[in-house]
Amino acid sequence: MELKLPIYLDNNATTPCDPRVVDAMLPYFTEKFGNAASRSHSFGWTGEEAVDYAREQVAKLINADPKEIIFTSGATEGDNLGIKGVYEMYASKGNHIITATTEHKAVLDTCKHIEKIGGQVTYLQVNDEGLIDLQELENAITDKTILIAIMYGNNEIGVLQPVREISKIARKHGVLFFTDGTQAVGKIPVDVQADGIDLMAFSAHKMYGPKGVGALYVRRKNPRVKVTAQMDGGGHERGMRSGTMNVPGIVGFGKACEICMNEMEAEGKRLSILRDKLENGLMQLEEAYVNGSREHRLPHVTNISFKYVEGEGLMMGFNKDIALSSGSACTSASLEPSYVLKALGLGDDLAHSSLRFGLGRFTTEEQVDYTIKAISDTVIKLREMSPLWEMFKDGVDLNSIEWAHH
Amino acid sequence: MAYSEKVIDHYQNPKNVGTLDKAKQNVGTGLVGAPECGDVMRLQIEVDEESGIIKDAKFKTFGCGSAIASSSLATEWLKGKSVDQALAIDNMDIVEELNLPPVKIHCSVLAEDAIKAAINDYRVKNGLPELVEEKKHH
Repeated sequence: MELKLPIYLDNNATTPCDPRVVDAMLPYFTEKFGNAASRSHSFGWTGEEAVDYAREQVAKLINADPKEIIFTSGATEGDNLGIKGVYEMYASKGNHIITATTEHKAVLDTCKHIEKIGGQVTYLQVNDEGLIDLQELENAITDKTILIAIMYGNNEIGVLQPVREISKIARKHGVLFFTDGTQAVGKIPVDVQADGIDLMAFSAHKMYGPKGVGALYVRRKNPRVKVTAQMDGGGHERGMRSGTMNVPGIVGFGKACEICMNEMEAEGKRLSILRDKLENGLMQLEEAYVNGSREHRLPHVTNISFKYVEGEGLMMGFNKDIALSSGSACTSASLEPSYVLKALGLGDDLAHSSLRFGLGRFTTEEQVDYTIKAISDTVIKLREMSPLWEMFKDGVDLNSIEWAHH
Repeated sequence: MAYSEKVIDHYQNPKNVGTLDKAKQNVGTGLVGAPECGDVMRLQIEVDEESGIIKDAKFKTFGCGSAIASSSLATEWLKGKSVDQALAIDNMDIVEELNLPPVKIHCSVLAEDAIKAAINDYRVKNGLPELVEEKKHH
């Protein structure tokens, strides 16, 4: 197969739409443009039917009932609606939420907001593999705890939290369990029944669907869960999420779920082989470290620190041809390096030296081979230029130097 | 963020990467920044004892492309200058030459700091008083 450039290895940020998804969506922009809430004519009925069908496709992927799917604009909205909605709905029961320090900002910032309006939030630390401690979780539960919000798979390191064990603890104490399933749904089997999930946010554009559409799963039985709407309006989605349905987006989301349902197993196997090849290839370099658990993680993700080179400088060596992201601060507006990597106990220096790889449906082995070579060459070149590498090679202990912090 | 052509050129073909013998009397070494901050620069000058002219300059930098380009440019500018002329290099000159965006100005500041630190090291080694930092950075 011919090598296609540029190579996209940032599939945790977003994925391209599968062409089959686009095909399914197209009629709903033009001839089937009806508002799914229009009950008085065939245009509306067509839209409603399409949404109902998509709702079944989405529900099936996570073993839910279609009635348990609330369509949203994406996972950020799902995180907000799930957490704030539970906080408001269950206010008479308590005001305490438990989450973890490595959650996505959509969860952390939502929790910060809840603290501002009088709620209590416990932020669990993770170990050096990125996993929470179940005993710590159980110890954190009080009679005021209403919700545990722990993500399924992490967006930066791909680490999978012990979701089933978490849900058992939640059940035992009569606490609801919310999970951000954005990175996991469509990539690995997620089963809301077997996993004991009460609420779950996820998004179409991480699984080869369109941007701007996602879902919140809200359990209807054992227990029946309700969330307070965060947007007022026409009472769509059983009153939990008002707003005209994004019919083409929802149709695409449904199709994307159907494809994942059929192809996930084979795709997961293929990607884990490619990911391992990439990882093993890069680990041939000296002083390279995989961040997070290698046992409990998504099949298509790895995060590697190349000590003594800086992430952004490293990416500059190949970002014309390879699209990646780094845990280094220089790539983002904030000056702090990745808080997820720091939560694992990594020093700022290693966090600054990290690259995040997210393989995807369209990643080929040729691309992986090219990436191994391009990154290895750049790491070697930059280390030749790095004063820290020289000190390391000369046996200087970098911690013994008094650095001028600026 | 898109880099300017000049930054890319310095990154791809850095000038004067290397190490001078820091034990030598006429070599000044400046090491600035910190690994935790994501950039460390080491800049060295070798001064011709007769003329007081900087006859060689070398750098090694751990950092982003702009940091590498700033130090590479600094070594180019240092060569052939007297120590006093070198002191006049301003971080904003580097910003201008490399078209650095506002978020990368700190890279130029670091390069100026590295120049000053190397000169100070040279001065102290040769029995001259250390320069006092008087200039405010932009």
